[in-house]
Formats: sequence, C-alpha cells, structure tokens
Amino acid sequence: MTSTRQDSAAPDSAAPQGALFPNADAPGPANRDAANPDTADGEMVQLLDQDGALRADPDFSGYISDVDAQMLRGFYRDMALTRRFDQEATALQRQGQLALWVPLRGQEAAQIGSGRATRSHDYIFPTYREHGVALTRDVDFPQMLRIFRGISNGGWDPRENNFHMYTMVLAAQVPHATGYAMGIQRDQAGWDRARLEREGTAVVAYFGDGASSEGDVHESMVFASSYKSPVVFFCQNNQWAISVPTRVQSRIPLAERARGYGFPGIRVDGNDVLAVLAVTRWALERARRGEGPVLIEAFTYRMSAHTTADDPTKYRLSAEEESWAPKDPLVRLEKHLRSAGHADDAFFEQVARAGDQMAARVREEALAFPDPTLEDSFNNVYAEAHPLIAEELRWHKEYEAGFAQSPAEAGQEGAR
Amino acid sequence: MTTMTIAKAITAGLRRVLEQNPKSLLIGEDIGKLGGVYRVTEGLQAGFGEDRVVDSPLAESGIIGTSIGLALRGYTPIAEIQFDGFVFPAFNQITTQLAKMRSRSEGRFGAPVVIRIPYGGGIGSIEHHSESPEALFAHTAGLRIMVPSNAHDAYWMIQEAAASQDPVIFFEPKRRYWLKGEVDTENPAPPAAAAQVVRPGRDATIVTYGPLVPVALAAAEAAQEDGRSVEVVDLRSVSPIDFDTVVESVEKTGRLVVTHEAPTFGGIGGEIAARVSERAFLSMEAPAIRVGGFHMPYPVSKVEDQYLPDIDKLLDALDRSFAY
Repeated sequence: MTSTRQDSAAPDSAAPQGALFPNADAPGPANRDAANPDTADGEMVQLLDQDGALRADPDFSGYISDVDAQMLRGFYRDMALTRRFDQEATALQRQGQLALWVPLRGQEAAQIGSGRATRSHDYIFPTYREHGVALTRDVDFPQMLRIFRGISNGGWDPRENNFHMYTMVLAAQVPHATGYAMGIQRDQAGWDRARLEREGTAVVAYFGDGASSEGDVHESMVFASSYKSPVVFFCQNNQWAISVPTRVQSRIPLAERARGYGFPGIRVDGNDVLAVLAVTRWALERARRGEGPVLIEAFTYRMSAHTTADDPTKYRLSAEEESWAPKDPLVRLEKHLRSAGHADDAFFEQVARAGDQMAARVREEALAFPDPTLEDSFNNVYAEAHPLIAEELRWHKEYEAGFAQSPAEAGQEGAR
Repeated sequence: MTTMTIAKAITAGLRRVLEQNPKSLLIGEDIGKLGGVYRVTEGLQAGFGEDRVVDSPLAESGIIGTSIGLALRGYTPIAEIQFDGFVFPAFNQITTQLAKMRSRSEGRFGAPVVIRIPYGGGIGSIEHHSESPEALFAHTAGLRIMVPSNAHDAYWMIQEAAASQDPVIFFEPKRRYWLKGEVDTENPAPPAAAAQVVRPGRDATIVTYGPLVPVALAAAEAAQEDGRSVEVVDLRSVSPIDFDTVVESVEKTGRLVVTHEAPTFGGIGGEIAARVSERAFLSMEAPAIRVGGFHMPYPVSKVEDQYLPDIDKLLDALDRSFAY
C-alpha cells in the first residue's frame, strides 16, 4: 500500500501510513464515477475476514497487538448481549410495551469496536441506534427503554458514563460533539504531548449515512477542522436511510468527503470488530494528541428494519439481505474464536444464557418503571423560577384535583 | 454613573462577564478583529484572546450547535447572530436542541447559552436585516428572551443573561445602538423578568419593549398635550412576560395599547391582550388595541416608515381606545 494520506492539518503526524483514503487515486473529472459508494470496492481496512481469519495490516495491526483471547471473547460477549437486548426490545415493542424500537442488528461490530476504543473520560454523542456503544459505556440497558416506553426523552444520566442522550433530530448532536471538543481544547490548553497522550480527552460523534447529508454534519466538520478539535466523526454506513440507499446521499464513498475538509477519512469494514477497534483507536489517539478530527466510515449493513414501524420488503430485495448474512459480525468472530481455539461450545452456551438472563431483567425492569407525572414535565423546562410555568402548574394541579374523589364518595363506592 | 450608548453598554457588560467568569466566551461571525458588524464586541478579542472571543466559520447552525456543546462541557458561550434574519439556519438547533436540553435530561442539566441578535427595522437596510422574530422564540418553551431598551438595562441584562442557567436569546434593538443613556455600574437593574413602568399615567397604558420604548414615550408625551395621561410599560423580557405589572397598570388606567415591530398576527401583543382580558376584563373601558407590523415579509426600506409603528400610529390607537 502506498501512502495516499492527505493531512494538511498535521503534516508531521505520527499516524500510520497507509491507504487512508479509499480510492484516493481515482477521483478526477475523467473517472469520478469510478468510486462506488454502494460497494466495498476499493480500500477498506479489514483485520478479520469473512471466514474469521486474521489479516495483517501494516498500518493497523499494531493497534490491536494487546488483544488476547480473553478480550476477543469479551468482544463476542458484548456483541451477543447487544443483539440479545435488541431482540428483547423488538419483542417488547411487538407486544405493545414500547412505542417504537430502533434495531441495530448487523451493526454490533461497528459499535462494540468503536465503543471499546474509547476511554472512560472520552465523551460520546450517539444518534438513537447506538445501543451497542451504550453497552461499552456501562449504560444500564433497561434505562434505555425509558425513551421508547414514553417515560423520558433522555433515558439515562449522560454524566455518569459520558454517553450523551439519544438525539432524534438527525445530525443535531454532531455540532454538539464538536463544541464539546472545543471545550476540551480549552480545558487542556498548555498540556504537553505526553500529558495529552496520557490524560487527553476526545469526543466521538456518531451518525449514519443518511444523516451525513444534513447540513449540521458539514458545519461540524468545518468547525472541527478549522479549530483542529479532538472529535472523531464515526459514520455507520449501514447502506439504508430508512428506504433510501446510500448512493442517494453520496456519489463517492463517504470517507472521501473528509479530504474536502482537510482531515483524514478512512473506510473500515464495519462488520469487523478488530478493524473498527484499531481504526478508532488510531483516530482517538490522533485527536487526543491535538492533531484534529478524523472521519471514519464503518461500512456495515442494517440487517433489520429502520425501526419497528418500517417494512424493508417495500424497498430492498431479500437477495441483498442474504448477501450480507455471511458477513454477520457475530458469525465472523465466532468462526475466529473457534478456529483459533479461543472458545468452545461451552463458552457460546454460557454467553447465550447470560443474554437470556439479561433479557429477562430488561423485561422485568422495563415493565416495572413507574409512570412519570406531567408535573415533572413542568419542573424540567427551566432551571430558574418562571412565572408562566408556576401559573400553569398551579392551574393544572387544581384542575386535576377537581377529579379527585371526596372521602365520602370513595366510601360510597366502597360500600357498593 | 457613566453615559454610554446601548451598544457600548453591552460591550461593557460583556467585558465584565469575560472578566468575572473564566468559562465564558464569545463566538460569532466577525466578532474578533472587526468587533462585530455593529462593533459591539470591539476590543474584546484584543483583551481576552482568540480562544475567548472566537471568530467562527460562517455557519449559524454551527455557531449555536457548538455553543450547546461548549455549554455541555461547562462553558458559558455567548453567541452572536449577525442579523435577525440570519438566525433561521440555527432555528433547528435553538428550538429542538437548546430549548429542550433541560427537559430531555429530566432536569439534570441544560445548555445555558446566550444568543445575541441585533434585531428590528428602521435602519434603511436590505432584506433579512430588519426583522423581529421574537414571537417565534417566545412560543418555544425552555428559552428566555430579553430585550433591553436603554443603556442601563443593556449593561445589566447581558450580565444577567450570561449568569442564567437557562438559555437566553438577547434581542438588541439595533436602531437604538447609538442611543445614549446613564449607566449605573454599581447598582444593578431589576431582573429582566420584571417589567418596568417607565412613565406613569392614569388614563391608558402602552405596553412595549425594545426599539419602540422611546416611540411609546414620545407618544405619551404628545398625548399629554391632549390632556391624556398615558402610562408606558417596558416589558424588558418577552419570555417570561411580567403580566402582573401589565395587569396592574391596566386595572388602573382601563385602556391598553400594545405595540411591537413584529407582525401583529400571532405576535406578543395578542398574547398580552388575551391575558389582560382574562385577568382585568372588568377594569377595561375599551378592547386592547395592537399596533404592530403588517402580515407581510418585512417591506423594502423605502416604505418601512409606513410599516413600522410610530408616534402617529400610537396616538391613533389611543384615539380609538378613548372612542369607546
């Protein structure tokens, strides 16, 4: 591989050399269409192939040199638990217990690999599908269902795990991530390189191929590039924005867009947990050192529907879904674990049991959540006293109190 | 006491915020070396550096979106939107994100960002440079909206906005930027949420805010020559609105005229008229009368004088009120 990296922001970067720009040689007026956003043609970092065999990469293998059998089993367990949670939440929605669910089946490696690359003090801005990343941040799964059960619009306390609330307006969280990173830069002003590498904080902004078209992604990349902010833009290209394929969002591989902003973009096999881990570690280390943002395009596939309200049979062929089945990130890692002798039937059975136990707890706790009150909604609009809120809350309470039974009425009803 | 223009009072207020709150920073287009197109941030970058007075890329959604992120990280961003009509690229960030962060977090935290917007007409400018979009934001729960009308308020209210734990949109009456007034830098102005009776009267009440406060005062002075004693209430904040002070005034005078530059339909004036009718109906000698902009995009500057409320329109409104 020859270096095609164009990193004008940090020409002396210690980042690994390599084909960081897929199809970087191709573009130009004459052959602009050569790059195909729909396929994995061209360069894509892969460390674990479809058959579960390790592939050496001169640039990125070094970033997973610490990964041993135990860690590999951990990644598998993370992905399996995530998938089991997804399955349980889907079932809860089908049973009428959730208003909606957003499945992530197929994207487990992209999420576990990137989430496990972060440090606990890094801050994550997810979209609404990052249940796997949430697991890596120890967000309690049942708490996440509060959003989809109509109890909360936030779900969990982001400050506990540095995992921000889900954002439903596509890409709106991406400038938040960039601004957060601009704050980090100010907090770390004057730190030397050694301290940055040791203690530096970075931010990961998640979004998808669909949201990549939103202006907020563009503006975020402009800000992050101009200020060299420590943010990693992690785009999960799962091929579908509900019913619209990626080629409608972009005529070139999404990773290539980074070049226009002046920072590296890299496409990684999003169904390869090791490649995602390696690439995200590289990007985070680079960001921590003060070398600015990176765009990672994790090339993956949404094996399920966009949401439980969606029907993929309307817009895609089953043949396409079948073509992705052999690339399933869990199947791939299982093959590797078995062929390498790192795990046996007992391990996989144990993971399945742990998943079932987790799912049972998720169901039990989700169904036991107390209902919120409208009074809570009044109280959370403003931090400081607000006369209109006070007036309307007072009215609301008096109105509701009008429906309360008097003790006498209650007694009569009891007597009947 | 110091005499300052409204613009320089805001500059002085911002300077004090930057001095006292090390986490505060200014961000916006051309606010650094240039000092902003109205020079409100003039000299601040030289005094506080490029990391605290930040020239941003030309991207309003990015300015507000990154300000939210900075606030989440513990900073106090004070963003400038260059002109009223340019706030709309950031409308999504303001209404779906900034306003809702505290609700979404179930009250755990918010994003206390201040958004400064020079607003309003009467400056003979081109399209998008003369608008009054305050009602669009007042309709959005979670925001506070302050509108100073004089230098003393401007100096203190910008500091109050920066200290608030809630997001604040700070509308600056741009055609009054050069209006001079006394600023008492020792004694704070009352909180923005408290409306002020800026001229007492017995026979009618004019409620307004921002750029029309001097117009209302002039109208009241002219009405005095007709023997009418007109009280003028400066709201200072249009979210929340101090209805108590307004109602108290109307209960005394029995007549209400509300005026703002923004279009009358769906505006702040309608909200005030409705509230007053609910709370002071039996005190009213006449229906509330609104004087505002017409239901049209802000007109070209050659005819803006016919669009904007002025002394004559307010006197006409008073006549109509007294005719009942």
